[in-house]
Amino acid sequence: MRVSFLYYEECPSHDLALERLREVMDEEGIPSEVEVFKVETEDQARQLRFVGSPTIRVDGQDIDPPSDSRYTLTCRAYRLEDGRISPLPSKDMIQRALRSPAKSRPG
Amino acid sequence: MANLKLGDKAVSFELPGVDDRRHALENYADKEAVAVVFTCNHCPYARAWEDRLIDIQADYAARCVQLVAINANDAKKYPDDSFPRMKERSEKKGFNFPYLYDESQKIARAYGAERIPEIFLFDKGGTLRYHGTVDDNYDDPAAVRNHYFIDALEAVLEGSEPATTETAPVGCTIKWK
Repeated sequence: MRVSFLYYEECPSHDLALERLREVMDEEGIPSEVEVFKVETEDQARQLRFVGSPTIRVDGQDIDPPSDSRYTLTCRAYRLEDGRISPLPSKDMIQRALRSPAKSRPG
Repeated sequence: MANLKLGDKAVSFELPGVDDRRHALENYADKEAVAVVFTCNHCPYARAWEDRLIDIQADYAARCVQLVAINANDAKKYPDDSFPRMKERSEKKGFNFPYLYDESQKIARAYGAERIPEIFLFDKGGTLRYHGTVDDNYDDPAAVRNHYFIDALEAVLEGSEPATTETAPVGCTIKWK
């Protein structure tokens, strides 16, 4: 399993998001290393299809496939299970993606 | 760093609001406290704290507190932050405070705002008494331990010094042109 973490330095949630990802991977017993990419330019954002920070992909699939394809240096909004908006994906969201990566669409 | 420091007077402004009226800081001279909040539509931190700000305005309106939200983002790069989209968001969320457009970004620069959301709380005399973030948890309102903005409001309304006068604003950077 390949787990990727893409982030933009100016969005403050990346440390906590990466910590949350590693915590869930540990709980799920997934030994993979996380590939961490720091996205620094708009060109990189386009090349990496980066819709915002943080972005987590499992085997190339976004854990929460975005509805639009604007690739830019920005912070990303996740809609949580209870309908709230958060700059962080929930543990449940990460867990579901790690347990069934094939069900996600390409990120 | 904010150009405004604690103890400074508020910088005056006159900006268009989503109600199609112009809003000047002087319009709120009769308020016991005015909080200028730099925010926007797209930023997830702004959206995460939005309901809390609406609740704070509702809770403190009777005590003559006025929140004034200002969006200074470059709408060309971030079209979700355009003036028409601001109107949509205000209506959809039922904003109970003015939502103003700082298209030239002059006011944001004058205040020294850097993040979204970022609060500048002024007392009745227009003196800056608190600057910073809403509280200590953007992710989970139920897990908030420090209600910095509310605590500062209570202190200002009592005429006393907030226990915490400055916090580091947490959120997206203001999108400069």
